[in-house]
Amino acid sequence: MAATTDTGVDFRTRLQTWLPKLVLSPSLAVMLIFVYGFIAFTIYLSFTDSRMLPSYNWVGWDNYERLFRVREWNIALTNLAIFASLYIIICTLIGLTLAILLDQKIRGEGVLRPIFLYPMALSFIVTGTAWKWMLDPAIGLENTMNLWGWESFTFNWIKDREMAIYTIVIAAVWQSSGFVMAMFLAGLRGIDNEILKAAQMDGASNFQMYRRIILPQLRPAFLSAFVILSHLAIKSYDLVIALTGGGPGNATALPATFMYSYTFTRNQMGIGAASAVIMLMTIAAIMVPYLYAELREKK
Amino acid sequence: MAAASTENAMRSSGFARVLIYLILILFALFYLLPFGIMLINSLKPLSEITGGNMIALPRDWTIAPWLSAWSTAQIGVEPTGLRPYFINSIVMAVPAVLLSTIVGALNGYVLTKWHFRGATIIFGLLLFSCFIPFQIVLIPMARILGILDIAGTTPGLILVHFVYGIGFTTLYFRNYYAAFPTELVRAAQIDGAGFFQIFWRIMLPSSGPIIAVSFIWQFTNIWNDFLFGASFASGGGAPMTVALNNLVNSSTGVREYNVHFAGAIMAAAPTLLVYIVAGRYFVRGLMAGSVKG
Amino acid sequence: MGFLDINNVTKSYGAVEVLHKVDISVEEGEFLVLVGPSGCGKSTLLNMIAGLEGISSGEIKIKDRVMNGVHPSRRNIAMVFQSYALYPNMTVGQNITFGLEMHGTPKPERDKAMADVAKLLQIENLLTRKPGQLSGGQRQRVAMGRALVRNPDVFLFDEPLSNLDAKLRVDMRTEIKKLHQKLGTTIVYVTHDQIEAMTLSTRIAVMYNGYVQQLGTPKEIYDNPANLFVATFMGSPAMNVLTVRLEDRNGALHALTTGADGQERALRIDNASAAYAAYKGREVILGIRPEAITDPEGADRNARNIQALTNTVGVTEPAGADTFVTMTLAGKDCIARMRADADVRSGQPFDFAVNMDKAVLFDPKTEDRIA
Repeated sequence: MAATTDTGVDFRTRLQTWLPKLVLSPSLAVMLIFVYGFIAFTIYLSFTDSRMLPSYNWVGWDNYERLFRVREWNIALTNLAIFASLYIIICTLIGLTLAILLDQKIRGEGVLRPIFLYPMALSFIVTGTAWKWMLDPAIGLENTMNLWGWESFTFNWIKDREMAIYTIVIAAVWQSSGFVMAMFLAGLRGIDNEILKAAQMDGASNFQMYRRIILPQLRPAFLSAFVILSHLAIKSYDLVIALTGGGPGNATALPATFMYSYTFTRNQMGIGAASAVIMLMTIAAIMVPYLYAELREKK
Repeated sequence: MAAASTENAMRSSGFARVLIYLILILFALFYLLPFGIMLINSLKPLSEITGGNMIALPRDWTIAPWLSAWSTAQIGVEPTGLRPYFINSIVMAVPAVLLSTIVGALNGYVLTKWHFRGATIIFGLLLFSCFIPFQIVLIPMARILGILDIAGTTPGLILVHFVYGIGFTTLYFRNYYAAFPTELVRAAQIDGAGFFQIFWRIMLPSSGPIIAVSFIWQFTNIWNDFLFGASFASGGGAPMTVALNNLVNSSTGVREYNVHFAGAIMAAAPTLLVYIVAGRYFVRGLMAGSVKG
Repeated sequence: MGFLDINNVTKSYGAVEVLHKVDISVEEGEFLVLVGPSGCGKSTLLNMIAGLEGISSGEIKIKDRVMNGVHPSRRNIAMVFQSYALYPNMTVGQNITFGLEMHGTPKPERDKAMADVAKLLQIENLLTRKPGQLSGGQRQRVAMGRALVRNPDVFLFDEPLSNLDAKLRVDMRTEIKKLHQKLGTTIVYVTHDQIEAMTLSTRIAVMYNGYVQQLGTPKEIYDNPANLFVATFMGSPAMNVLTVRLEDRNGALHALTTGADGQERALRIDNASAAYAAYKGREVILGIRPEAITDPEGADRNARNIQALTNTVGVTEPAGADTFVTMTLAGKDCIARMRADADVRSGQPFDFAVNMDKAVLFDPKTEDRIA
């Protein structure tokens, strides 16, 4: 089965060595065209003066220079930094807390776990619809609190240019934190119970046990959570569209919404392509080392 | 009792346990409320929503918003309701799920049981394709769909979802088949079974769990997709998520919140149903795919 | 010209050669065991005979037909795997007949063959079950049934007993041997367990580092090991290995070593081979098996050269049938095998009887046998 120089091979054996490659090759071709070819094409476009339609006039780094002078792009980058860091930190904290609490031999774990997890089965459009309304001061949370007699309660972040980005964080955390919980729970369940018994006999308290023994062993789960959440954050598009539409104004624009509006509504394809390339590079900077390490480990 | 515990070797005091349950129940409410409130309010007349308390149960129960969302609500310019778009999404998701699962299964089989030089690199290329931001392919994809003359159609979306689903399905099947004993393949070779016979007679019959995972994952992703739907499907060809967004964000007329909620729940129903029926596989599949890489 | 010929076969992965010019000829009806530690190349060689791995150079012939490049299913071989490799989705009956089905044997013939094999192995009552419902021993039988039903020229076994518990392993070992005697089939059997190798085989190939270290009958391998590796690998407890000095004393050749007290001990060597002469006055390695060191009453009555050796007893390990006794020679622990009722006490001096007929000498540099 390994590649060696073997002599005098019969037809059947030769067929059996070619078939696997033959079966894999359409996927490889599709991948090379639709993923890597397209990436190359988009990168190329980012160096041209394409507007509504692709053009092949080379303009060098023009689009990138213009991109970073556009105010909306800088807002989008700032928003991404705020959104991604809060999203990752809060999801990890909630996920870890829930996983540790659920791991205390909780009665009803079978009921609670699916409740924590179900939001991830929903479309971001559905999540956005639900939260858009919850957060709407006129009919949602604020209105309800006022009706209950808490007259001074205000919660109008979604209408506030300064605060709107945080509503995206709330809805995104609602959708993803259960998934992070599941990852940590799987990690916790994978820890050898005998190690914990040994630590207990060594006199470690519960808190020490978590800090010194358990959390260090969850390192792979932390890493996976970070990689998956950061990749989701950079790709975030649907939720913004459904929740705020990028507004008020463009206060909640993210690179993904920027790319879409510049490419397809504002007919600035060159700049749109440049922004897509920057998104890809950001994700690649996180994913490539991770995947490389994972694949090497397997060998 | 500590020695008898199996999940971990710990115990906590009575007060701490009450606190733990309290926190867990609060979080359960946090996750349940948005969807629950949406459900309650989809059964209210509009006047009760705009004038009343969102947590209150309906005084006049009504399914009118559901009927409206399904068949008469204004989506874009046509008063068709969400029904045609729901059908679009099914017609799009089913073939894309089936195709990408079959191809993923064959790829996983080849990559684990017929390892050849360069296979790891090919797998790396496939794997990376799972994580690209799709913005990077939108422009060329739009052109290719135009050239193939399937722009704006459901077959176009099937192609797109199939292509960008292969990476994930291959990843799932590869991880699953990597744990499948290679000796079985060798025994079958000695028994005289060929490449496809081994796949069909030996591998596939043992692949139930991972086929379920692949179905669930692909279906959820494709059904919930918005970006491709919004980019490559126009008007009557749009999938459910795009139609829902049009319904909710249409700027004309009175905002019929109850109809929006009914529509949102309709859009969520298929994936929720899949999750409820096969949720255990779903989680296990995500674990297999993401944690173990 | 044998039944199965392995002629100058090598295997390389890229630039790394993992099997070096293996040359073995197996007669019809022989039971050849390939034994060695993991990584020695024994499984690679078996897979090459099966056709699961390619041959880098040399050739493998079965019944005079060159097998290089021939598909595994066309070699008329059958293989029993370490994990049994039973198809989990098929019943036992389907497992057994899958190979016949793939070769296009008609259903009535398949059923007949299956019934015969099931009767032979006494697994008739298992035919409709799935492998998951079988015990380890039953799976082992089914795996053998799947091999037998094909009526192959050569049976290949890849560590078939290593997944069984100790008692079952011994039972199945006996059963494989009975089956071989009854059917007279040609078998190549891979194991890392030297006891399996000794008990089952008609010939053993001891392998290490990609080389066949020695090929011979179990008795030859055990009594006349070709080098230090074979000597220490075969036998349990392992052969005692001492660095000694060869010298003439009173006109006879002696091996000199030191006891637990640091004083010299001399062991006379009779009918020394001519090759010993060259080592006179030099250090050599003396190998002596535990059963050749006993208490005086337990010594082999047919032995011609029993040497008395007084030494302090280290620990005694009663093992039921025998008692193992350690003592220090040349600064190393040395194990003696005694009758269970020998009167040996830890820390006391004892008169050991050393059967020097069984002693073998090795060159300390090449580690080859001096003979």
